[in-house]
Amino acid sequence: MTMTRRVQAKKENSNTEFAVITYGFLGLFIAMCLYFAYFITFGAEDFINNPYNARVSQFSENVIRGDILSSDGEVLATTQVSSDGSESRVYPYGRVFAHAVGYNSNGKAGVELDGNFNMLRSHSFALTRLINDFTDTKDQGDSVVTTLDAGMQQAAYNAFGNYRGAVVAIEPSTGRILTLMSKPDFEPVSIASNWEALNSDSDSSVLLNRATQGLYPPGSTFKILTALEYLNEGGKKSDTFDCQGTYTENGFTIHCYGNTAHGQEDLTQAFAKSCNVAFSQAGLSLDLNKYHNLAENMLFNRDIPTKLSNVKKSSFDLKKGDDPVLVMQTAIGQGNTLVTPLHMAMIAAAIDNDGIVMEPYIIDKVVNDNGDLVRPNFGDTYGAIVSTEDAKKLRKLMRAVVTDGTGSALLSENYKAYGKTGSAEYTSDKNATHSWFVGFAKKEDREVAVAIIMEGAGSGSSHAVPVARAMFDNYFSE
Amino acid sequence: MLHLLTTVSKFTMIFIMALYTYFSYQALMPQKSEEKSQLLYKKQTALVMLLFINGYIVILMHTLYSGGSEEVTSVSVAQQMLVLFLAQLVLLRIIFIIYKFFYRAASDALVNNMCLLLSVGFLILARLSWDKALRQFFLAVAAVVLTALIPLFVRKLKFLNKLAWLYAIIGIGGLGLVAVAGSTDYGAKLNISLGPVTIQPSEFIKILFVFFLAAMLYDIREMKQVYVATAIAGLHVLLLVAARDLGGAAIFGVAFLAMVYVATRRLELFLGGLGVGLVGAFLASRIFTHVQNRIVAWKDPLSVIDSQGYQVAQSLFAIGTGGWFGSGMYEGMPEKIPVVSKDFVFAAISEEMGGFFALCLIFVYINCFLMFFNISMQIRDRFYKLIALGLGTVYGIQTFLTLGGVIKFIPSTGVTLPLISYGGSSLLSTMILFAVIQGLYCLREDQRMTEELEDIVAKGLNDYDKKSTSKKRKQ
Repeated sequence: MTMTRRVQAKKENSNTEFAVITYGFLGLFIAMCLYFAYFITFGAEDFINNPYNARVSQFSENVIRGDILSSDGEVLATTQVSSDGSESRVYPYGRVFAHAVGYNSNGKAGVELDGNFNMLRSHSFALTRLINDFTDTKDQGDSVVTTLDAGMQQAAYNAFGNYRGAVVAIEPSTGRILTLMSKPDFEPVSIASNWEALNSDSDSSVLLNRATQGLYPPGSTFKILTALEYLNEGGKKSDTFDCQGTYTENGFTIHCYGNTAHGQEDLTQAFAKSCNVAFSQAGLSLDLNKYHNLAENMLFNRDIPTKLSNVKKSSFDLKKGDDPVLVMQTAIGQGNTLVTPLHMAMIAAAIDNDGIVMEPYIIDKVVNDNGDLVRPNFGDTYGAIVSTEDAKKLRKLMRAVVTDGTGSALLSENYKAYGKTGSAEYTSDKNATHSWFVGFAKKEDREVAVAIIMEGAGSGSSHAVPVARAMFDNYFSE
Repeated sequence: MLHLLTTVSKFTMIFIMALYTYFSYQALMPQKSEEKSQLLYKKQTALVMLLFINGYIVILMHTLYSGGSEEVTSVSVAQQMLVLFLAQLVLLRIIFIIYKFFYRAASDALVNNMCLLLSVGFLILARLSWDKALRQFFLAVAAVVLTALIPLFVRKLKFLNKLAWLYAIIGIGGLGLVAVAGSTDYGAKLNISLGPVTIQPSEFIKILFVFFLAAMLYDIREMKQVYVATAIAGLHVLLLVAARDLGGAAIFGVAFLAMVYVATRRLELFLGGLGVGLVGAFLASRIFTHVQNRIVAWKDPLSVIDSQGYQVAQSLFAIGTGGWFGSGMYEGMPEKIPVVSKDFVFAAISEEMGGFFALCLIFVYINCFLMFFNISMQIRDRFYKLIALGLGTVYGIQTFLTLGGVIKFIPSTGVTLPLISYGGSSLLSTMILFAVIQGLYCLREDQRMTEELEDIVAKGLNDYDKKSTSKKRKQ
């Protein structure tokens, strides 16, 4: 007893210092352990799927790469094992899903990249795997079920023709990517044998996924932003403009498409007919700092919030003090502004979804070879990029495009379509334009937002709108 | 079949490791009886042996059937591996015997911890490289021989607290030599080559440094002593900074702060010193490009994966891909990580043996740290108290720096993982450190004996007093 009392007294003498140091160290160590646990559980995915990580490919020694499926159960990619055990990756839809599904030789892209880790893990029935171990047989890897709608993708592909360009379709309320197409495309099976040719062709950039990495001038589709800023700064839909087909200011002349004179028109009519004269005038009246902020709120100059890999940023660089000529051009979507089709589809989806952006995603879930769920995936909410009221105002303008304007080909009994066409000049040749359509359609509780660009095809209404029509018709017939 | 064995073993090894970790914390608590604690230690020792044997079964089978790390299947390599396994098994037994029979007062729990860490080190090196495993084994034999008498010296040599200036002169001389003539390795000068042998003097000087500070500070009569100690400690740190060994500088600096804090009992000195250290680290990050590189690699290794971020990214690929249960031995790619057998060995362990195993390993390191601090609190002699504290701090901060760097919790500083990393200097210095601590456990036993004796004497005197007073009253 005496002894313990003495030790006790001694301990109390210097306990504070030891407590400070011990708890300090314990705090550091425990923070480190928590970080380690967090990393393994949640943070590791970015690292595992990195193309520099050589490990994942080694899994294929014990696992047959799993399938890629569309949301409606179509097989988009599968691995066939021949009797001698050699494996080959086949793509039943070939070129149709080339950029969305991607490739798995000479590097990786698309879902083949984003779902690589999952397809090389097996959650087959445990007993089967045990037997496989004993018999030295490979396990069947898990399948990745995508959000892609094979019917609509095929419809878009057929309607698109041989133009270069891209199509993106998103479900606005969830962020599910229903269609993701880029042309020119390639035959995924023969990517290895054609690798050299595909890469040396710098003119057409076949391997570039234009839907997520193509940067295009937005053309008149950018009037969505200009119109919103104009209304936000006190402008009214009833404000009138007088269009003579051209408008000259500071020695620069703005032309309407085909030099058409739209005459007396209010803002809604100018938007519906895509009048460049009215919108360049509206642009000159804007506070450029506020205009810039609006664009950045709508994700220009920002990282696009999505789980897809390799997505380019859109850019908008107009600011206070810039040349009025540049202001006029920017207001009608020319100037220095560049966008990706994915970004434009997200803007359309947000307008439909009361201003809220859902982060686009393409992997819906991972299932084992029996179809049992291994891992679900959900869309994340990014947040509002426009207010609910603003989204409502924009819906009215975009509906007028279909009822009284350049998108009238989308009038349908079956669904209600909204949108904005665009004809974006990309060289000094005024007659060569990219054909744009950005919009959405709904029927009861089904809805879809799209962005379509066809390089050098002509006006939006002549080329991109019919593709949208084909997609909407397909989507709402199901 | 090989795959099945590997898969089953990875789960059994995680289980053994988890059970061991649980027992190691149980051993920190006071046991009901001596028999209970002896039983606990026996269970721990058995688990260490089981883990070691389990790991080697996988290594031997892989060496026999697929060449192991050497890529060539050969029976002779497997035979050599078998001999190495048996030799290592004998070495581990010898360590147990030394401490069981020659140092009865030594802490069995600490011996178990040391042998567990050594076994994990032997296993992962045998997995990674035959040559390194063999070299490390010979170094371990040498280290066991060289450190066998240290606990006895610590217990018997009573003049160790008088040699402050000797420690300081050797320390400063050694670090100065490295700063001038050391060979540069990954941006820092660490090593001195003596013919075929390369040694890293700072590994040993950090122990002398602790002895120096303890000798200076155990009996503070005037503040001048603290100032002198600070000046000499500062010189150590500056020499390390000059050699660009910032990990080493951090270890020395924190050990100094902890010891001054306990010796003077002034929190403001500790916090002030910590502040100075942080300012120094900030300045270093501005001045030294190799520090900047490591900070860039820490912030976002994937963005600079072709250059500064390569090593950390590879480490995280390994840990992440291995996941909680690991890939199983020989089924990962730890050889992709640069310097994997030294500073980044933890990543290889986590990749192949699993995140759970690795987490248990961290807990065993924390367990050792707690034991060092425990003995420091129990010892009454202030010199030895400060020694235990200083060594515990050195060990704690070193473990934190290396583990934190490998998992990208902090920028990597290039220090080794005690008892596991490949390298003679690191292994020998850690073995010395453990042996000194075991010497302190022996001293505590002496202290307890003395106290018990005192108690008996005091009790006797007390009784005598009582008797004599009662006698007087009677009279």
